[in-house]
Amino acid sequence: MKNIIEVRDVKTIFDERIVHNGLNLTVKEGEIYGLLGPSGCGKTTLLREMVMLQKINSGSIKVLDYELNHIKNEEAQQLRQKWGVLFQSGALFSSLKLKENIALPLVEYTNLSKAMINEIVEYKISIVGLKSEDANLYPSQISGGMKKKAALARSLAMDPKLLFLDEPTSGLDPISAREFDALILKLRDILGLTIVMVSHDLQSIYDTLDSVAIIDNKKIVYEGSLGNIKSVKNEFIQTFFGKYNE
Amino acid sequence: MEHSSLDILHVDGKLRLKFFGELTLYNLTSYQKTVDSINFSRETDVIIDFMELEFLDSAASIFIYNLEKKLLSDGIQVEILCKNEDILEIIHLVKNQKQISTKIAHSAKRGILEKLGEHTYQNYLGFLSFMAFMGELFSNKICYIISFKNIRYKEIAFEINESAVKAFGIVALTSFLIGLVVAYQSAYQLKIYGANIFIVDMLGISVLRELSPLITAIVIAGRSGSAFTAQIGAMKITQELDAMRTMGFDPYKFLVIPKIIALMITMPILIFISDIMAVIGGIVVANIDLGITVDLFLDRFSEVVAAKHFFIGIAKGPFFAFLIATIGIYRGLMVKDDTQSIGFNTTKSVVESIFAVIICDAVFSIALTNLGI
Repeated sequence: MKNIIEVRDVKTIFDERIVHNGLNLTVKEGEIYGLLGPSGCGKTTLLREMVMLQKINSGSIKVLDYELNHIKNEEAQQLRQKWGVLFQSGALFSSLKLKENIALPLVEYTNLSKAMINEIVEYKISIVGLKSEDANLYPSQISGGMKKKAALARSLAMDPKLLFLDEPTSGLDPISAREFDALILKLRDILGLTIVMVSHDLQSIYDTLDSVAIIDNKKIVYEGSLGNIKSVKNEFIQTFFGKYNE
Repeated sequence: MEHSSLDILHVDGKLRLKFFGELTLYNLTSYQKTVDSINFSRETDVIIDFMELEFLDSAASIFIYNLEKKLLSDGIQVEILCKNEDILEIIHLVKNQKQISTKIAHSAKRGILEKLGEHTYQNYLGFLSFMAFMGELFSNKICYIISFKNIRYKEIAFEINESAVKAFGIVALTSFLIGLVVAYQSAYQLKIYGANIFIVDMLGISVLRELSPLITAIVIAGRSGSAFTAQIGAMKITQELDAMRTMGFDPYKFLVIPKIIALMITMPILIFISDIMAVIGGIVVANIDLGITVDLFLDRFSEVVAAKHFFIGIAKGPFFAFLIATIGIYRGLMVKDDTQSIGFNTTKSVVESIFAVIICDAVFSIALTNLGI
């Protein structure tokens, strides 16, 4: 299978604090890939680096065959249309209605007719499990779970190959969280997505992830499937996974 | 609780601190004072007696732990008498935790020189980031010039309505009042010399050339500049700007430049309205206070007030608008991930943009006068 993301020897320094010191990981096509680790280990930072919101100090990141260090402006624009990003709090544009939020990338990047865009928006709304009457609400009028779903619909608007999720189930009640997991699995199967996510939700980790990378002490301490993770001698892994399902 | 007390006794040459009732956060301070006033230097053995104590909370056990430690370090034997399991447990818990916990380091005091250095460096960084902002702004403006397709008419129209059309009322009212006040004050002076008619010269030049542009700029800085900062700052906190970037919508093209262009277009119009209203204010005062009719006022006006004063005033508009909009937006982009910095940056945005407008006006004044315009 093709490598979708390759992270090589990435080093990140905030002021004087070293966050990452030589990270290496590989995300393969069609995987649901999890970034895990104790809080403050730089999971979200790594995610932000992958989506070009933050620069790395050294090393290289390759996303969909684009080398992020030397990417040209036009290439960056092309790349941005090939991925979707779901932020922790949704980050819907508060001045736009849900349907306008979802339609925005379509309006900007395509020359589709209004009717066609409406159709697409309706489809995306139904695929994430929102009701069509929610489409006319503003982000401030809906609940946290709905915001996440709407934000997911927006990130799927351009039919991306790659989806980044930053703590998709945090702040959701357990039922919505399980629904969200099922949704992500369903989307991966229907749309053939590759998904990279940061998560703390053990249930969701076991239900959805194909492989994980554990970041601890500025490095990757484990990369691979969840099956044999418990054999790894690491304090975080032992406390986080140790007691589960025993 | 009502029988909580502390008895200090000497039994068999040992000092006995006998606690009754409860020892908690609420009565700890008075006990602490009592214990501090005891002179331990003559003692060799201290017994802390909890036999009659019913309840001990964690704050109090920290106190007991510290007391025990202090006495032991002075070479005094300490014995804690207690049969209550709960109390023993909490003492034990605190003891264990205290042994592994480390003191929170107090940040070291810094000298004036160090503070000054840091401050200077911060200002230097601030200057650099402003330059980076300006660079990005101009490189994006070039996109607009290269192709008309890139111009975002809808956003510009929206911003024109938001930040200028809706400000017509307040600008008009403020200018009218300024015209009224300036005319009233000068009328009083002019009457003394019987130079009533010169109110037209005075008012015409001062309002058209200086007052109207300044008043408009100040009102817009307070009204629209601060709104820019707050809006962009809030979008930054809710990650909307990040979301835009990952979707490939450059915030500069979508948010920043439409705002600047909208304000640059509308500022001259606002100044024009301000001119009209201020002159009307002047006419009212001239009519009532100095007995100059409207016809006479307007005749004299077209005679003595050259059109260049009006054009200079209007021409200042786009410059002021650029300053107000860029400073407001720059401040919005400087907002950090906390709500407090929205307030801080909004204040800064208004103060800095008014200051920048006044500086710019001074530069205009000097330059144009020297050029003989």
